[in-house]
Amino acid sequence: MDMFSNLADGFAIALTFQNLGLALLGCFLGTVMGALPGLGPSNGVAILIPLAFTLGLDATPALILLTSVYYGAMYGGRISSILLNIPGDEPAMMTCLDGYPMAKKGMAGEALSLSGVASFVGAFLATWGLILLAPQLVKIALLFGPAEYFALFALAFMTLGGVSSTNQAKSAFAAALGLGLAMVGVDTQTGVPRFTFGEVHLYDGLDFLVAIVGLFALSEVFIFLEERHGKSDAEGRSFKIGRLTPPLSMLKACTPTMLRTSLLGFLAGVLPGAGASLGSFISYSMEKRLVDKEGTFGTGDPRGVAAPEAGNNAAAGGALVPMLALGVPGSGTTAVLLAVLLALNITPGPLLFTNNPDVVWGLIAALFIANFMLLAMNIPMVGLFTRLLLIPPRVLMPIVAMVSFVGIYGISGSSFDLMVMIGFGVMGWGLRKLDVPLVPIILGTLLGNAMENNLRRAITIDDGNWLTLVDSPLSIGLWVVAITGFLLPVVVGRRVKAQMHRRRDTEGSIGD
Amino acid sequence: MSDRIFGVFGILLALGFAISAFAIEESFLSDAVGPKAFPLIIAAVLALSSAVIALRPDPEPHWPDFGRIAEIAAAVVVMVLYAQLLPELGFVIATALAAAFLGWRLGSGPLGALMTGIGTSVGIYVIFHLVLGLSLARGPFGF
Repeated sequence: MDMFSNLADGFAIALTFQNLGLALLGCFLGTVMGALPGLGPSNGVAILIPLAFTLGLDATPALILLTSVYYGAMYGGRISSILLNIPGDEPAMMTCLDGYPMAKKGMAGEALSLSGVASFVGAFLATWGLILLAPQLVKIALLFGPAEYFALFALAFMTLGGVSSTNQAKSAFAAALGLGLAMVGVDTQTGVPRFTFGEVHLYDGLDFLVAIVGLFALSEVFIFLEERHGKSDAEGRSFKIGRLTPPLSMLKACTPTMLRTSLLGFLAGVLPGAGASLGSFISYSMEKRLVDKEGTFGTGDPRGVAAPEAGNNAAAGGALVPMLALGVPGSGTTAVLLAVLLALNITPGPLLFTNNPDVVWGLIAALFIANFMLLAMNIPMVGLFTRLLLIPPRVLMPIVAMVSFVGIYGISGSSFDLMVMIGFGVMGWGLRKLDVPLVPIILGTLLGNAMENNLRRAITIDDGNWLTLVDSPLSIGLWVVAITGFLLPVVVGRRVKAQMHRRRDTEGSIGD
Repeated sequence: MSDRIFGVFGILLALGFAISAFAIEESFLSDAVGPKAFPLIIAAVLALSSAVIALRPDPEPHWPDFGRIAEIAAAVVVMVLYAQLLPELGFVIATALAAAFLGWRLGSGPLGALMTGIGTSVGIYVIFHLVLGLSLARGPFGF
């Protein structure tokens, strides 16, 4: 079997001391970031990008470090959901519903360990899903020409806002803003400068890493400053964890739930624009409808803890599929991971699987390893992480801000980039207040140039005929999906979103 | 009201973007599409979505009172000063000052804020510079 020999090669790459160490470090940092309210997967990974560069890592080790952080954050988010009733990051919000009641009943330990197992099952199955589905998607993607790629990028932008935003106009605004920012710099095809206003620093374009760290990390600092939310939410509370093993009967009762929601979460993750928050939301809703005969969901039902955790971890794995196979990320964190790959001069997409199989399979093998590390870390050592909840934001946020500055300064060594980053931080704060999603902005700055190049290539090939964009059945299909994906939330999305947004951790949170 | 202002601002932004797009000098060797077309499409989307935002505003967001806005403005000023003074003061001093300010504004006492600042600065210096070998800004004292 081709797949298994590839996977074996991947394990040969992942099983070096350096890569294992990076996976361990990533899992630990990820769990910490997931657990701390205010730091989620996307800004956690964003802050650590410069670290990956300063270590001088190659693409594979850098990706191993950062995806371990990503998986780890998905595990860590549940800890403060269960103990404090405050989600550590957005995907963990549904875990509050049954996790906190369980903790109040004195079953905090069971809830933590059960959700750890559910996270493991979700992530494990999703990694298999990634192995099986990504190569199939690559086969389809190889049929894509420039016109189809242009349609695919449009699809990504049009569906991205569908779930993450309450207002489609605002997500369209965000996407256009991001694309507009990507236009700054020298035009790659004709060499004329655009939107540089004579500023030499802008000829290279805006560095998307600067934009990401500013929008995601610094804006968080401003939000905390605004609310003067300097105290730890855990202050003055004592946690009684209790036994750290779920009873076998509980595991058995939850097994069908975990399997179903892993599948559902994975599918939600693969869909563009959905991401882990939606994964956990629909997993919880479906399980509630399916098995909640006695009306125990919401009062501390173990299945209500297992469902969203399996769902969001599976969605995290699923979201890697379009990012790796098509080069089009479907969620905030995978957009940040794409930025890492682009910064390392690796273009994800179908060619990645043939040109850099070591990156893909090494990453997949590392995901399996990281997942076992996380299971080991999150059940016996969960007490350590609960103590981290005591770190107050008045200590944490200065560290976040300064690490962001150091990282960006370390990459470029220029004060100009720091100024741009502060500008993005302020902009991110304002846009979050206005409920404009940030992820389309990032995606726009990342994909803007590729999108334009595909547009121009397609039309140039066809001698300036713009109709070439809708000339093949494949591209027409992509446009239909894109337009449906954009209009559907306007028609039916309000109800779902209203329910999802009822439980958000902080105002205008970034998402996953 | 915020959304209406925001929408109008967006339309102006789109207008400015379109004007600068028209101002792009085209090279005589150009492809069939040229460097202006895609920016103009973006400007159109920007203008359209801004118009929708202005015409159908969401409920008013919760804006902080003037004091809290001033708080953020102060933090921005400190960060800008930090970016400018970093090469003059050196990494350790500049970072300690900036982190101490942020910690203080987030509610630490003066002593606690100072400790946060120094701890953050020295901690980052040790991990990133001494252990990982990242070159940080050098001040008059070499750190």
